[in-house]
Amino acid sequence: MAMLHTINKSPFERNSLDSCLRLARDGGSVLLIEDGVYAATKGTKVADKVTAAMGRMKFYVLGPDMKARGISEDKILDGIQVVDYGGFVDLVAEHDNVQSWL
Amino acid sequence: MKFGILVNEGPYNHQASDTAYQFTKAALEKGHEIFRVFFYNDGVNNGTRFGVPPQDDRNITKLWSELAEKHNLDLVVCVAAAQRRGILDADEAKRHGKDGDNIAPGFRISGLGQLIEAGIQADRLVVFGD
Amino acid sequence: MSVKKFMYVNRKAPYGTIYALESLEVVLIGAAFEQDVSLAFVDDGVYQLMKGQDTSEVGMKNFSPTYNALGDYDVNKLYVEKESLEERGLTVDDLMPLTYEDENDDYKEKPSIRVVTSEELSAIMDEQDVVLSF
Repeated sequence: MAMLHTINKSPFERNSLDSCLRLARDGGSVLLIEDGVYAATKGTKVADKVTAAMGRMKFYVLGPDMKARGISEDKILDGIQVVDYGGFVDLVAEHDNVQSWL
Repeated sequence: MKFGILVNEGPYNHQASDTAYQFTKAALEKGHEIFRVFFYNDGVNNGTRFGVPPQDDRNITKLWSELAEKHNLDLVVCVAAAQRRGILDADEAKRHGKDGDNIAPGFRISGLGQLIEAGIQADRLVVFGD
Repeated sequence: MSVKKFMYVNRKAPYGTIYALESLEVVLIGAAFEQDVSLAFVDDGVYQLMKGQDTSEVGMKNFSPTYNALGDYDVNKLYVEKESLEERGLTVDDLMPLTYEDENDDYKEKPSIRVVTSEELSAIMDEQDVVLSF
């Protein structure tokens, strides 16, 4: 089931979100972890970009990293699914391969 | 399913090792197999037993050691990256004329081939880094 | 043993951090395992291949000649993303002229660097079994 991409950097600090969106194929999935979770929040300058990409890829965000950073579920963009570490494991298992955008 | 794990950053400076640990623990709880955890770049610094973090914080190296003991995990520190950064086991210390070793329980030092082998043998290789 | 597709994704510039050098060390060791190996140079990773690197005044090891040796290890698919080059005002002429001898074509010398568009690279990435990034 296509490729899983993990992004662990804030979109305001690094270009990993942009590079991932440029190079990820349709039908893949993106999991936002660590500082990457900020890309999942509402009202940011990258929110439109992330929402547009949801048309061709599924988006997930790691709940424990949100909670650690004081981000509650109501601040997460509609259409992004919150997963825990077990969900992270399931996503890796369900996809054909995984790429970490370090 | 069989997972290989690559950790490219040391403890504390980056979250990479924490995330890799939580992922590994969750995978084991779900009944998956961890073929190997390979530590590279500054990730080799996870393998020193000399770290003394404050008591109210987690001790990442100890967490890895305990997980390794419980699940018989293969924790491998890259020898080339470890030599650069002063992570030594008793054999390495002797070979290089150093006065002590610092490898933590459950970790072993070996070559980069162990990483490639993990890529070949595991169903998925998951990379954690900066 | 089955052959897997290994791709090393390089997105970081050399010298400022150790990732480029230690990634190259993995590629060299990995070459002995006879897998299907390729390298991708994306974002600041394209700077790893710049011509004329001279580290004499920074006191660090210049590892750029090692890229030239990759051909001898049968590592000859070095994909460089066109968009990343253009964003940085570079063309393939700014990069080292890396080559390999094609044993299937009378050992003719051929370029190892293949400039590909994002679209092409994303298709190649998608086919990989193992994607290593540092």
